[in-house]
Amino acid sequence: MAVLTRSSQRQEPPAHRPAAHPGRGAGSVAGRGIFWLFLLVLTVIFIGPIIWMFLTSIKTNPEATSVPPTFLPDSPTFGAYEDLLRLDGSYPVLRWFLNSLLAASLHMVLVLVLASTAAYALARLDFRGRGVMFVVIVSTLFVPGFVFLIPNYLIIDRLGWLDTVWALAVPGAASAFGVFFLRQFFSMLPGELEEAALIDGANQWQIFTRVVLPNAKPALATLAVLSFLSNWNDFIWPIYVLFSPEQLTLPAGLRLLQGAYTTDYPVIMAGAFVASVPVLILFVFTQRYVIEGVSRSGLKG
Amino acid sequence: MATSGVKIRRHAPWTPYAFMAPFLVVFLTFVIAPALLGLWMSLHDWDFMLEHRPFVGLDNYTALFDSTSAVFEMFWNGMKATAVFTVASVPLLVAIPLGLAVLLNRRFPGRTLFRAVFFMPYVLGVAVVGLLFRFMLDPNIGIVNGLIDLVGLDAALGALGVDWPIPWTTGQPWAWISLVAMTVWWTLGFNTIIYLAGLQDIPSELYDAARVDGASGWQQFRNVTLPGLRAVLLFVVTITILASANMFGQALLVTNGGPGDTTRTALIVMLGEGLESFRMGSAAAMSYLLAIALGIVSIIQVLAMRERGRPRWRS
Repeated sequence: MAVLTRSSQRQEPPAHRPAAHPGRGAGSVAGRGIFWLFLLVLTVIFIGPIIWMFLTSIKTNPEATSVPPTFLPDSPTFGAYEDLLRLDGSYPVLRWFLNSLLAASLHMVLVLVLASTAAYALARLDFRGRGVMFVVIVSTLFVPGFVFLIPNYLIIDRLGWLDTVWALAVPGAASAFGVFFLRQFFSMLPGELEEAALIDGANQWQIFTRVVLPNAKPALATLAVLSFLSNWNDFIWPIYVLFSPEQLTLPAGLRLLQGAYTTDYPVIMAGAFVASVPVLILFVFTQRYVIEGVSRSGLKG
Repeated sequence: MATSGVKIRRHAPWTPYAFMAPFLVVFLTFVIAPALLGLWMSLHDWDFMLEHRPFVGLDNYTALFDSTSAVFEMFWNGMKATAVFTVASVPLLVAIPLGLAVLLNRRFPGRTLFRAVFFMPYVLGVAVVGLLFRFMLDPNIGIVNGLIDLVGLDAALGALGVDWPIPWTTGQPWAWISLVAMTVWWTLGFNTIIYLAGLQDIPSELYDAARVDGASGWQQFRNVTLPGLRAVLLFVVTITILASANMFGQALLVTNGGPGDTTRTALIVMLGEGLESFRMGSAAAMSYLLAIALGIVSIIQVLAMRERGRPRWRS
C-alpha cells in the first residue's frame, strides 16, 4: 500500500521520463558492440517465432515438415488460407474471427462504461459507503480468477447465456482493475475544471461526460486496449462456455483446428496467424498505451 | 480528495449511487455472487447433472486429504505439477526481466522500439503461443530440433547421453523445460515493463552518490538498484506466482497433460472435475484449497522479503 500512496502523488507518467543514469557502462567500442549484438540476438529470439508462424503458413505441408527445415518458402502459397476460408462447414474461421471481434468489442465498451462511471463516483463524489465499496472492489484483485470459473458457469447457465456472446462479454466486465486505474486518474484531475462547470449550472452527468471523460482520454484508451486484448486472447472461459462450432471465438476454434489438422501445419499456423494479426496491429499502433497501462498495473500492489 | 471541503451542494444524495449502480450490478452478479456460491457449492454434493444436491459439510474438502478417495491422487498430482511449474518458472521470470530492464534503462537509440519488441509476444493469446510452440517443439519436424541438428549440437548432446531426437513435448524433463521456456518467452515482457517503471522511480542522485563513493556497476546494482526496487520486486514475485498457479493453456495445448499425467496442472484437474465431469461441488472445493494455498505462499513470501530486503540507503 505504500506504493499506492506514492503513485497517487505522481504527476507525470513514468514511461516518458528520460533514463535515470544515461550511458552507464556503454563506453568502449567493444562494450557497445557486445551490447548491440546481445540486443540483436534477443530480438531474433523474440520476433523469430512470430515470423516462423507466418513463413510456415505460406509453405506447402511437405515443405513445412521437411528435414532439414527450409527458412524461406521455395514457392510461397496462400493455399493454407484458402483451405481455412473454404472450411466454412465445420471450421468456420471467418465466423470465429467475427465472433472474437464482436465479443472483445462488446466487452471493451462494457468495461469502459462500467469502470468509468464507478470510478467517477469513487474519485469525485462524496457518499456513504464509498470507502467500503472501494476496499471491497480492490480486494477482489487479490482473489485468483479461477475461483470464479465454476460458479460463474452455473450463473451463466441460469441466465441462459451458455453458448452466446453474452457469456464472453459480460462476466469480466466489472473490472476491478479498471475502476482502480481510472479512479486514480480521475483523482488527479484539477478540481477547478468542475468548479467552473458547476458555476455554469452543469449537473454531475454533464461534468462527467463533458469535463472528466474528455480529459481522461489517454487513461480510457489504455483501459480500452487492455480489455480488448485480454478478451480477444481469453482461452479458458470460451472453451467451456461455448459448444457450437459457429459460436466459437478464435482461441477456442484454434484448439478445434489443432485437433482436426494435427499434422497439417500450414493450416494450423495460418489459423494462429489470423488470430495474431489483429492484436499485433493493435499493439503496433497503441503500444504506448499498452505499456503505460502495464507500468501502472505495477502500482496496484 | 480534491473535491472535499467545498460547501456548495454539488449533487442529489442519490447521484453517486446512480453512477455506481451499473458497475455494482455486474460486480455483484459475476464477482461477489460466484465467490459465495462457490463456497456454498463446495459444501454440497453438487452435481450439475443431478437434481438432488445434498449438504455434505466439509466432505468435499476432507476427500482431497483422504488417500483412499477417488479425487485424492488426481488432485495432488495436479498440485504437484503446478508446484513444479511455479518453482521452475518464477525465478526465471523474476530474474531475466530484471536484467533486461536494467539493460533497457540505459539511454541508447531505439530503446522504445526494443521495449516494444520484447513485450510483443505477450499480446498474443495462449492459444496462438501453444499451437506455435507445439509445432516448433515437434521432435521430428520442429525447428528447435532442426536448429540443434543444423549447428551440430546433437552430437554434443549425444555425448552427454541425451537421446536424439529430443522429445520436447513427450518426455521428461524436456516437457517441463519446454513449458517453462515458452512461458518465459511469452510473458517476460510484462515483468520487464513493470521493472522499468520501478527503475525510473529510483532517484538518479543515489547513483551519483554511489559513483562518487567509487561503487562499481555491480555494487551500484546491489546497493542502489535492488533496494530501490524492493516494493516492485515484491509485486513482481507475487503476480508471477499467481500467474504460474493459473497455468493451463500451455500444458493443455503443447503437452496435453503428458507425458503420463506429469504436466496435468491443478487448473486442468479442477476444470475437468467441474466442467467436464460436472462434479462442481468437488471442483469448487479444489479451487478454494488452491486459493488458500496461494494465499499462504504469498504471506510467507511477503514476510520473508520484508525481513531480507531492508533498503540500505535508508537505514
